[in-house]
Amino acid sequence: MINDTDLLCDDPPATPDLSHCTAATRNACKLCTPLGACLVFRGIRGAIPFLHGSQGCATYIRRYLISHFREPMDIAASNFSEDTAVFGGEKNLLAGMTNVTRQYQPEMIGLATTCLSETIGEDMPALVHTCREKIEGLPPVVHVSTASYRGSHIDGFHDAVTAMVDQLATDSLPHGGLNLLPGMVSTADLRHLRELAECFGFNVTMLPDYSDTLDGSTWADYEALPSGGTPVDNIRTMGGARATLELGDSLRGNARSAASLLEERFGVQKLSLTLPVGIRATDEFIDALSRLAQRAIPAAITAKRGRLVDSMVDAHKIVFGKRAVVYGESDLVIGLTSFLCEIGVIPVLCVCGGKTARFANTLRSVIPDLPAETIIRDGADFADITHEARQLAPDFLLGNSKGYGLARELGVPLIRTGFPIHDRIGGQRVLHVGYRGAQILFDAVANAMLERKQETSTIGYSYL
Amino acid sequence: MSHESIEILDARRSQVLRKGEDGAAAMACGKPSVAGSVSQRACVFCGARVVLYPIADALHVVHGPIGCAAYTWDIRGAQSSGPQLHRNSFSTDLQEKDVIFGGEKKLTAALRELIAACKPKAAFVYSTCITGIIGDDVAAVCKTLSTETGIPVIAVESPGFSGTKKDGYRAACDALYQLVGTGDTAGISNHSINLLGEFNIAGETWMMKDYFKRIGIEVVSCITGDGRVDELRRCHGAKLNLVQCSGSMLHLAKRLESDYGIPFQRISFFGIEDTAAALYEAAGVFGDPELEQRARNLVSMELAKIQPELRRYRKILKGKKAAIYVGGAFKAFSLVRALRALGMTTALVGSQTGNLQDYKQLKELCDPGTIIVDDSNPLELAKFCLEQDVDLFIGGVKERPIAYKLGIGFCDHNHERKEALAGFQGMLNFAREVHASVMSPVWKFVPRRANRKKSNKEKAA
Repeated sequence: MINDTDLLCDDPPATPDLSHCTAATRNACKLCTPLGACLVFRGIRGAIPFLHGSQGCATYIRRYLISHFREPMDIAASNFSEDTAVFGGEKNLLAGMTNVTRQYQPEMIGLATTCLSETIGEDMPALVHTCREKIEGLPPVVHVSTASYRGSHIDGFHDAVTAMVDQLATDSLPHGGLNLLPGMVSTADLRHLRELAECFGFNVTMLPDYSDTLDGSTWADYEALPSGGTPVDNIRTMGGARATLELGDSLRGNARSAASLLEERFGVQKLSLTLPVGIRATDEFIDALSRLAQRAIPAAITAKRGRLVDSMVDAHKIVFGKRAVVYGESDLVIGLTSFLCEIGVIPVLCVCGGKTARFANTLRSVIPDLPAETIIRDGADFADITHEARQLAPDFLLGNSKGYGLARELGVPLIRTGFPIHDRIGGQRVLHVGYRGAQILFDAVANAMLERKQETSTIGYSYL
Repeated sequence: MSHESIEILDARRSQVLRKGEDGAAAMACGKPSVAGSVSQRACVFCGARVVLYPIADALHVVHGPIGCAAYTWDIRGAQSSGPQLHRNSFSTDLQEKDVIFGGEKKLTAALRELIAACKPKAAFVYSTCITGIIGDDVAAVCKTLSTETGIPVIAVESPGFSGTKKDGYRAACDALYQLVGTGDTAGISNHSINLLGEFNIAGETWMMKDYFKRIGIEVVSCITGDGRVDELRRCHGAKLNLVQCSGSMLHLAKRLESDYGIPFQRISFFGIEDTAAALYEAAGVFGDPELEQRARNLVSMELAKIQPELRRYRKILKGKKAAIYVGGAFKAFSLVRALRALGMTTALVGSQTGNLQDYKQLKELCDPGTIIVDDSNPLELAKFCLEQDVDLFIGGVKERPIAYKLGIGFCDHNHERKEALAGFQGMLNFAREVHASVMSPVWKFVPRRANRKKSNKEKAA
């Protein structure tokens, strides 16, 4: 067999600097809005996501989500043809919804638009109304507008959460439960957040919850719609909750967020918090739970925090002054950056792929000790990140798999967080939140630094 | 829901056949996917993108909102021996104002900047659903940029909704054809071929080129594996076209035949039988007995290298059952034969884009009782995998979790894979992978298999 390397050039051609080619997006650090909506709908019990548009959107999004979660991810579509694009999609939507209802017997259909159906101006409320009239046995349909020329996948995610609350929640008797809106986090994060809230005795409605549907067991028989997810009935009664905890700074002050709607319509107290990554943000989260529940912090949680601090003391010199590039969705980047500052790592570059003018200000206000030298970019792509990173000499990158090429070029480790992680096993199970998540992140950073030191050493000590 | 209760949608019944029970029923294929059926197909854009992707010294710009480009960034196993430009993802990332006022200006600026920075040999500009709908004149922009930059800037007509993935293949062939005939064919050997529909996944093109070199046949252009614009420009100088992925490339082969009189043959490099047949056919065309002798020598030499290990796997895998669901039906033929060579049978086989003739041939090739499906979906595939009680699934990343969830082994045979499965060495790699998956001890712990073992024990007691 021919060895691959025989045919490669001696010097693989360097990627040209494309930072001045600003008209195009070059290796995007974001995905499209319907992906976020599909992820939310997958986190609802018995729900199937349905895209109104070309089937390619559904197939691409399925493939992308499968590459990360390694689980079946069925997304139906109205499969537009040329005629549909010209004459409108009612016929296809009716046929598609009928077929999905019959074949999947879903408890809910999560209907998201695509740029195609948005551009031809489909009247979704009217179409959904027609479906309800004409399709026997149609389950509840929640629809969300997700044109991918408006925002990125994270906007699609939050808009779908809002749509769920907007279209399902009703005035309900107070039940003392807690609404938890976790944002776009990993399946391990979802499990841990629920566990922490339940430690305080709360009955939790977490929206969405794809911790089982996208990270479940193998099956004895095929499950058209995997078990798990937020029950629709629980969403209907979110208006009766004691409070809503909304995680992620991007939602602060957003009057259209799901938590804002619940507060405005049903008077449910809203608490907007930073995604609990690192010690300070987790402290805030735990304190908020403790205050709401009027219960002391359980000893087990305090012990976790104690162990984390102890490990940080043990290894503080290993990470101190190291330089990191952080990229991904804004809320996760804010959490991760806050954590890096807590352990003495300099976040030299913080990037979010979506355009959010408030990103820099939020980052600085949430993290008062963020060094002045930190470069902050929103709406950036990997050509921007590469351009900056080449001059910043980072010691490691913190973000999803898409930064691997840059890490390889710079010869520094990539510590994988966020989405997508499709070049490693277990990407869906990476824990970011809570003291336990901080512990895992801290160990990963410290060990990456030790490993690099060991590998670049001419001696190769086995004892460091 | 149990798999027995999974219903086949009425509109899809004519796309499912069972050999031996359907008489002479023909497959109702080549249709748009049924709305609401979770088709494993993508769109016209996907078809075009997948075919042109491996052309490594060309600039590929997707004109549309971000998704189409983002989902196709560096996902394939198609390797290049030189430039890596194709592994980037460039998009005009259309925003709302572009949709309202048109995206031509943005596209022009994007192309101008990227061509200056990347110095490609050509540029392909893919239209998407949105550019199709808002009526951007992509062809006009391409023409202007072509004149301005001096390189071919080629519009790929691929709005997602404008047909099926197959129409995307056609759009790609038409785009490629704009390069054909523009290069110098001087010095091309009389014993020369093009390889069509070979994409250099995990370096497979290099393996094939090595075979042909040893036989004494010049490969003028591989379309599009490890592809180069200058090679494409002179591919009309070859004497024969070997078409592997015929679903995607038959259109180009036919155009080359009608315009340049180059005959073509459908071949496959998957499996021992098919690889040997492809080499013999190519060697036989030129009427030079020396070529034929060299082909025979090559085949026996390569076979000798892999046969002992293959025999070992055959012994272990004998009688195991497989399901195949792939993009093009022609690959399915090869896989049925390759599995047979390993002592395995095919119990379920299907494709996204097969045609009438393909399915007829597939039915002839398969054993009685085999289920044959066109444009299937996860529910059907799961149902039939369980009904047929298969041990292995061969497909792509979208099929993988269906198999794994049910405790079925899996082999990735799609364009995203990083393992070479073509040629003789590829057959050995294939056997190793099948063996590694089917014989893994982890299945003992999976509920379906554990339950089966339990019920067998109970029966015995």
